[in-house]
Amino acid sequence: MTTLTDPAKGAFRPSMLLYDTRYRSLTLQAIAAIVLALCLMYLYSNLADNLRAAGLNISFGFLADTAGYDINQTLIDYNSQSSNLRAAVVGILNTLLVAFLACVTATIFGVLAGVLRLSPNWLVRKLMAFYVEIFRNIPVLIWIIIIFTIMTAVLPAPSAFRGDDPDSSMLFNLAAFTNRGIYIPGPYFTRGFGLEGNGGLNWILVIAVLIGSLIGTRAVTASANAKQEATGVRPKTLWINLAIWFVPIIVVLFALGLQWDIPALRGFNFGGGIQIGGPLIALWFALSIYTGAFIAENVRAGILSVSKGQTEAAAALGLRPRRVMSLVVLPQALRVIVPPLISQYLNITKNSSLAIAVGYADITATLGGITLNQTGRAIECVLLLMLFYLIISLLISAFMNVYNNSMKLKER
Amino acid sequence: MSDTHAESIPFVRETTLPQAAPPTAERGVYKWGRENLFATPANALLTLVSIYVIYVVLSAILPWVLNGVWNAGSLSECREILAGTRGGCFAVLVDRWEQLFFGFKYPSDQLWRPTLTLVLFFFAVAPVLFFDLPRKLLAFTAVFPFLAYWLIWGGPILVPIVALVGVGAGYVVYSRLVAQSFAGGFFGGIAAAAVVWFLGGYLVDATTGPSSLLDAVPSRDLGGYMLNFMLGVTCVSLSVPIGIALALGRQSSMPLIKWLSVIFIEFIRGVPLITLLFVASVMLAYFFPPNSTVDLFLRVVIMITMFSSAYIAEVIRGGLAALPKGQYEAADSLGLDYAQSMRLIILPQALKISIPGIVNIAVGLFKDTTLVSVISMFDLVGMIRGPILASTDWNGVYWELLGFAALLFFVVCYGISQYSQWLERRLATDHR
Amino acid sequence: MTEAVKTPAQMAVSDEVAISIQNMNKWFGSFHVLRDIDLTVNRGERIVICGPSGSGKSTLIRCINALEEHQKGSIEVDGTLLSSDLKNIDKIRSEVGMCFQHFNLFPHLTILENCTLAPIWVRKTPKKEAVETAMHFLEKVKIPDQADKYPGQLSGGQQQRVAIARSLCMRPRIMLFDEPTSALDPEMIKEVLDTMIELAEEGMTMLCVTHEMGFARQVANRVIFMDQGQIVEQNEPEEFFNNPQSPRTQLFLSQILGH
Ligand SMILES: Nc1ncnc2c1ncn2[C@@H]1O[C@H](COP(=O)(O)OP(=O)(O)OP(=O)(O)O)[C@@H](O)[C@H]1O
Ligand SMILES: [Mg+2]
Repeated sequence: MTTLTDPAKGAFRPSMLLYDTRYRSLTLQAIAAIVLALCLMYLYSNLADNLRAAGLNISFGFLADTAGYDINQTLIDYNSQSSNLRAAVVGILNTLLVAFLACVTATIFGVLAGVLRLSPNWLVRKLMAFYVEIFRNIPVLIWIIIIFTIMTAVLPAPSAFRGDDPDSSMLFNLAAFTNRGIYIPGPYFTRGFGLEGNGGLNWILVIAVLIGSLIGTRAVTASANAKQEATGVRPKTLWINLAIWFVPIIVVLFALGLQWDIPALRGFNFGGGIQIGGPLIALWFALSIYTGAFIAENVRAGILSVSKGQTEAAAALGLRPRRVMSLVVLPQALRVIVPPLISQYLNITKNSSLAIAVGYADITATLGGITLNQTGRAIECVLLLMLFYLIISLLISAFMNVYNNSMKLKER
Repeated sequence: MSDTHAESIPFVRETTLPQAAPPTAERGVYKWGRENLFATPANALLTLVSIYVIYVVLSAILPWVLNGVWNAGSLSECREILAGTRGGCFAVLVDRWEQLFFGFKYPSDQLWRPTLTLVLFFFAVAPVLFFDLPRKLLAFTAVFPFLAYWLIWGGPILVPIVALVGVGAGYVVYSRLVAQSFAGGFFGGIAAAAVVWFLGGYLVDATTGPSSLLDAVPSRDLGGYMLNFMLGVTCVSLSVPIGIALALGRQSSMPLIKWLSVIFIEFIRGVPLITLLFVASVMLAYFFPPNSTVDLFLRVVIMITMFSSAYIAEVIRGGLAALPKGQYEAADSLGLDYAQSMRLIILPQALKISIPGIVNIAVGLFKDTTLVSVISMFDLVGMIRGPILASTDWNGVYWELLGFAALLFFVVCYGISQYSQWLERRLATDHR
Repeated sequence: MTEAVKTPAQMAVSDEVAISIQNMNKWFGSFHVLRDIDLTVNRGERIVICGPSGSGKSTLIRCINALEEHQKGSIEVDGTLLSSDLKNIDKIRSEVGMCFQHFNLFPHLTILENCTLAPIWVRKTPKKEAVETAMHFLEKVKIPDQADKYPGQLSGGQQQRVAIARSLCMRPRIMLFDEPTSALDPEMIKEVLDTMIELAEEGMTMLCVTHEMGFARQVANRVIFMDQGQIVEQNEPEEFFNNPQSPRTQLFLSQILGH
């Protein structure tokens, strides 16, 4: 739209600032910059005045002070004598925990419901449409509260499990559903390294073995592909893959002496095993079903976007249905499904901040809730909180860009 | 993750194909049932499971609803009437409907005001939502905000009148000048409005007296579902113009403008609404001039508007991107300047394709207004969790109240999303 | 040549220069699209530009009304230098009409509104007058009865004629056409070409990118052949078609006339 010729010979006139394409955009930007700077200065001077009037300053020193409150669900060591910073880290880990759990289950719910919405079974289709509409059209906060209420008001108190003829009993004598949370058996090791702690080194060993198995199966698949390219015949890989997955891990777990700690009623409450608190479950489950409804729609759209012609064309080439699926339909459907799926993960992470409504100690509830209220450091806390979420969002969208770009490359 | 797909999609493949079978409607119920419900053993199993699920849900809900008690003064009274049988205690809805809809402080004898506002609201949005209605009805839409303000907040009628006259004057000046230059019209309009407001301010101050027809109601007395509604409507309407500006800014060829828009949009979209509400409740006040009192409602409106304008900007950007380049070029080649081609050519088309997206954002935002209960505002959820469940009479009536709240949101959100789908179908067939 | 046949060269051409392009160069990034273009068009002249795809024809005429910026050399339209001065750009755009391959009508406006929009907002013509002008030109392109329809309700040929009328409503002194018929079905091509011929007969200065060689023979004073961003050859139509000089032109003509 703009035009540039050889340098204008005429002298510079002030009117050129506005009516010459070479200067116009600079002029407008300069004006914008000045207006912006004035606004910021105004806001800053208000801030300074208000802080002075209230006798406050901006400082992050409070992070090192003692937090002075307890958190009942923590992934790392924490007690009320720990610092505010550590409380924030506990919160961050809790946010990541619930976000991760909810992403996994929401994907499962969403894929199931999305696929079932395309079922030939009329009843199932209607039921799934009902699920999607109900959950999408009611605020997630209400779902969180409803499920939390189920947890606290419907499930029995631990005391109901007591006595010779209790009102409630444990599921297969392994798990207990109480209004204090759910208790499930927890694994622990009797041999191995670092037993004084919680067996951290052992867990690392287990994870390492799993990663090794993953690499092993990849290698098997790669060599099968190579063989297929060379000879045209694809060797059977199922049994060897199963063996690579299961044999090493079973051996290792056995060697480390894996045992299960079954929860049992001790005094007024259950002890042993793993306790999953009511707030965590409410948040986890509500986020999963709510977001699952959205993911179901994405999945359905993705599958529908792969035209039937594609399936038929592949089948006409003589590919077997399984291969049609993995070579033709799936890659195309995934291309449509994955980007909105990733933004749903982002939504889950952001919505997990509703933890504060049910008292789950995520970053919003610790840093943005109790720490903020106790220290009165509103500006600092809110800024840090936003910074945390921003970083997560940027990471997720960076990942999304990488994915989209790799897809774009393949399109050419 | 890809494992789940690998397992589940082949399942679809096997079962979607029969769906293309010829229509079976005329072949009788029995046949229809066989083909749609019991085609294969797996299918039959699914049907049985579905029927069981439906049975469980209905057998839990139906007796509870049908056997519900609608007339009682407290939960214990309900229990007496039920005498051990299962049933809901819907009496709480009857007893507390004012609080659920209007909050617990809005004067009871003034409830006709918000009710009337709601009725008028439907007249005001109708011409916006349905293009077929006469365009003249938009005049009422333009007056509605001022009327609604006065009805809900009451106080001296001069305030909304001065505001309306200011906007009217601004509009007149704008439409006079815009043919010459958009910038002239825009800033001229703002200047005219500002002058009227400034002068009107003296007028309002001079006439403070008992002469107000409607009693003033402070913002903190607003609550219940009305608060959700007001926040949703106000913030979405305010954020459309801001969203347009941001979308155009993001498309701008000027780096400064472009990056400012990008940073604003991505920042807002990167943080949860809760944190923005925290800003409204504990932080924003620091940025206003000392001694100014901006009430919480207004601060929340500011933050939610910023929030939704970022999302709306992205929707509109999609609309702008969907327009063929030829439209921009044709406008350029006719000699239209930037403001003219945007206003007359590009935006009318881009906004039209964006409406379904904007409506979806509006639904999401309306649901999100429940978050204000976290910063102790008493919206519908806040009312339920706060005053009502905490009262001695109704402590423990969870399901009736939460179910009612869910129902209210479902009706509105489902209705709007049906509208949006209808609109999408219509736009797809529209020749314009 | 006999007296009875009116050859293109005999249609009024004045000595007045309408467009003068000197030593113009344009790059897209590092890609040199237009190289050393020199072209002078007199008032009333009708020029047809042809050449293989990607040779820079569209880019050339888009440079003339500043839809693309050029980086070197000068373009002067009606004595106004196309510089970075916005006022000059506006002046040139309001004097130069342009028709696109894909019509680019505004789908949300009626035919009449399409035609009156620019006169009202750019020329500041009173609305009544603008409507009269629009109806005049719509009659000229023979579709006055469609004035209240929307572009989507018209056929391609009708749309292109509306696009021509829309440009004419600005009373341009020069018209640019970028392959106006190449998106049309054969039976619609004729109605558009007839409109253009009529325009030419009234003495409009025209620059037309087209591969309609019949049209070129009938109306053009000059045919320009472009290849790889350069003007390879220009000549009167008879000479150009019967006696092409450059081998590239010969190849092109054999391909385009061959089938
Ligand atoms: N905006 C652009 N950016 C980069 N390259 C471009 C751009 N527009 C055109 N080109 C390139 O410039 C060259 C000339 O394009 P132009 O459209 O002028 O060709 P043309 O002669 O009109 O061809 P056709 O007959 O296909 O319309 C082409 O190689 C094209 O790829
Ligand atoms: Mg071209």
